[in-house]
Amino acid sequence: MTLSLKQGRLHHANGVDALRGVDLQIAVGEQVAIIGPSGAGKSSLLNLLATALRPSSGEIEVLGERPWHLPARQRQRLRARIGLVHQAPPLPPRQRVVTAVLAGKLGQWSVGKSLLNLLHPTDIPGARAALARLDLGDKLFAYCQQLSGGQLQRVGIARVLYQAPEILLADEPVSAMDPVLAGHTLSILSQHARAHNVTLVASLHAVELALAHFPRIIGLRDGQILFDSPAEQVSREMLDTLYANEQLQSPTTPSAPLIVQIPRC
Amino acid sequence: MLTADSRDPAAAPRLLLTLLAIALLWPGIQLSELDLGVLLHSDSQTEMGRFISGFWPPAHDHDFLQLLLKATLQTLAIATAGMALALLLAVPASLIASRALSLSAASRSGIPSRLGRLLRWPVRGLLIFLRSVPEIVWALLFVRAVGLGPAAGVLAIAITYSGMLGKVYAEIFESTDQRPAHALMQAGSGRLAAFAYGILPNVAAELLSYTVYRWECAIRASVVMGFVGAGGLGQQIDLSLRMFASGEVASMLLTFLILVLGADQLSRLLRWRLT
Repeated sequence: MTLSLKQGRLHHANGVDALRGVDLQIAVGEQVAIIGPSGAGKSSLLNLLATALRPSSGEIEVLGERPWHLPARQRQRLRARIGLVHQAPPLPPRQRVVTAVLAGKLGQWSVGKSLLNLLHPTDIPGARAALARLDLGDKLFAYCQQLSGGQLQRVGIARVLYQAPEILLADEPVSAMDPVLAGHTLSILSQHARAHNVTLVASLHAVELALAHFPRIIGLRDGQILFDSPAEQVSREMLDTLYANEQLQSPTTPSAPLIVQIPRC
Repeated sequence: MLTADSRDPAAAPRLLLTLLAIALLWPGIQLSELDLGVLLHSDSQTEMGRFISGFWPPAHDHDFLQLLLKATLQTLAIATAGMALALLLAVPASLIASRALSLSAASRSGIPSRLGRLLRWPVRGLLIFLRSVPEIVWALLFVRAVGLGPAAGVLAIAITYSGMLGKVYAEIFESTDQRPAHALMQAGSGRLAAFAYGILPNVAAELLSYTVYRWECAIRASVVMGFVGAGGLGQQIDLSLRMFASGEVASMLLTFLILVLGADQLSRLLRWRLT
């Protein structure tokens, strides 16, 4: 098992129970989609699997190691083998795309090489190849602030492709793209995963995309797994229960306004 | 007088606040022994008038200009060397003191662990200590230790400004979007690399403009410290004031104006290049 979660619970600081006892086993090379209504805990689950967040209780095992029992340095080394695509790619607006993509390998590079890479990109062909797979080869030297939301998402994916992790987690990786591009991008991800025997777990908004591209589907609702079954066995009723009474308003994302207050003298 | 339809409900609080402000300011004026009447006395007016009338024409003979050039260069050198020394201490201290580089904060939704917070305190304390003593006091101290001359000014600026720069840098790092750096640390990168890739691109312009502004302040501070014998333009102004050479004072004040103007333009140029 490359990913295993036992009775995983996650309690956010704002009092929300994001995950309430999730059991999950994912084998090497599997491709899994997580679907569910907004606020079901999809992002929380992916962050837990990426070892980005520590479960409030429960046991997590990733690549045969228990990340929260490791010293910080070894945990960082383990994290370098896991890639997470964020829904809103956290890229500084004033960073060049080439730097943003090359940053994928920071976990594998020494500090010296990382800083040198800021002065002059050390692996321009590598970054160009990763971007070219997502049809963004021409944006290599553009600034992140010049790109649209969908293009930024593809830069985020290119970063993780360049990182070449053993586990690839993707949190709504195609939410800002049109349906055709979304399908194309997902097939690139699953091709990459198949070619390199990478475990792929993605949360998706669009059920049709999930059913079309992933052999295994996990339905998440209210922080619990409602069903976990092969894609061909997912029935209309299962989906109806999953999305029943879904509140139409999407949860407000807690983004505190940045207050810049700097004393000047 | 005030009919019901022209009444403003905010009028009474405003009047009250104004009265309160005056009531608070009055003792302040008394305590600082401010008496503007002194300026209107005829003898002080003629005294000031004589001094100011000497401002024109500013001194511009060859020997004085040479002296002025030397003093100006010395002032610039004091400010620049002081800032360079201050940066040596301020940059590492700000990186340690800032919560932006906390590895534990990345996986605890932005709140560092208790141990991390505990370890940041001594550094914050050091920065507070360094900047709480005014540079003029350090200058007086160093004039006794290393003797009259620019070295005392350089050391005084280095110490006070490292405290200020360190504190403000740390706050600038924290005031920007933390998600890029957190995402990098969650993908296994080290703190320094996460800082360089996740935070620095966002704050570079702000850091630069603050540093240039501080350099400008250091120029001014080095002039003030000149009065206690730390070299540069200040020492020259002090000498000229004592000799009632108002023309020389005028030239030096003009030089001063040009220096600050130059710093301002430099900051604008650098900001324009970076944004």
